Amino acid sequence: MVSTNDIWKALEEVMDPEIPTISMVDLGIVTHVESDPEKHSAKVILTPTFSGCPALKVMEDMVRDKIHDMGIPNVDVSTSFDVTWTTDRITEKGRKALLQHGLAPPPEHSNGFIELEVLSNVACPHCGSLNTRLTTPFGPTLCRAMHYCDNCLQAFEQFKPVG
Amino acid sequence: MNMNEQNTLAVKDLLYKMADDLLILGHRNSEWTGIGPMLEEDISFSSMAQDKLGQALALYQLLNNLGEADPDTVAFTRNDHQFHNCELVEYPIGEYDFSLVRHFLFDNAELLRYEMLMESSYEPLAKLARKFKGELKYHKFHGDTFVMQLGKGTEESKKRMQASLDFCWNLALGIFEASPYEETLIKEGIWQGEEALKAQWLAAITPVLEAAELKIPDESTWKPVYGGRSGKHTENLQPLLDEMTEVFRVDPGAEW
Repeated sequence: MVSTNDIWKALEEVMDPEIPTISMVDLGIVTHVESDPEKHSAKVILTPTFSGCPALKVMEDMVRDKIHDMGIPNVDVSTSFDVTWTTDRITEKGRKALLQHGLAPPPEHSNGFIELEVLSNVACPHCGSLNTRLTTPFGPTLCRAMHYCDNCLQAFEQFKPVG
Repeated sequence: MNMNEQNTLAVKDLLYKMADDLLILGHRNSEWTGIGPMLEEDISFSSMAQDKLGQALALYQLLNNLGEADPDTVAFTRNDHQFHNCELVEYPIGEYDFSLVRHFLFDNAELLRYEMLMESSYEPLAKLARKFKGELKYHKFHGDTFVMQLGKGTEESKKRMQASLDFCWNLALGIFEASPYEETLIKEGIWQGEEALKAQWLAAITPVLEAAELKIPDESTWKPVYGGRSGKHTENLQPLLDEMTEVFRVDPGAEW
């Protein structure tokens, strides 16, 4: 018998396809999990980080494969905007995972109120200095901004805050 | 809100024009990929293109839920006179100053539009608006930053920025062309309407343009370019559609 809890646990092992240190659960994109052991079925709902995120379909497939591997044949994975993803949905473990990948985590607890000042003087993920500046709010993927550290003289990326 | 026939028509009209604006400007923005004046701008316009296409897809999906054809069919099989975008977004990218000023004028309106729509009585759209506004803040931030830098830059950059602002102005006023369903949209609380948006937009861009030392054309010369919302377009749109749909038309049934 696979419980809803078992599925949540399993999804903690499904990593973001572009940032392999963070799981989809810690990224906060899994909004609903439901298991029906009698019908051998499960339902999962994801919410996109960005409307234009090209990894969404891949993520749906990864979640479906993971649950199939648990012996559940009928898996319904869908994406919905019902729950709005913001960077506040990233867990504490997730923030550490971002840092581990060399990405500065977004500021905590914005409560949806993101002002642009939060983009300046972001702590450098290499040396920790706050002597940094934003070079562009856009980066190699939609969820990243680019910064430069004037202390260690290195460019770095930030998982940018979205509220 | 009760989705009766009149309200459904009003919502569809609103969704089509917003989605078409995003699809067409998204495509134009993507034309900067690889040729931006500097790497960061190349990435910025490409990222904004990606946001806009994602947002357009979500809006076409809402239309699909209301009984319209699926998003690919809607995006790739219509001709120019079936598009509801304003003319501003269909112009070729031109030189960088034009693309920048267009993006600044359009995205300031866009952020305010979706902030207003967060209160929409049509809940599926309110949900999307809550998502889009977080993304659009970065578009506004980008546009405002560069307009201020180049407006106060060199003699040449000032001259170019002012010329582009003059050229774009009446086209930008065309964003706010009223829908035939405007009264229904306002009465039903679907949103506050184009006139209210225009007023907020003017209040938002005026201080930025002042800080950039750029002059809004004299009000006596304002002549909004209307027609795009009802399918009247310049000769620039159909070639864009031909290019955008070229691969699709090779094999419309292909699985991607």
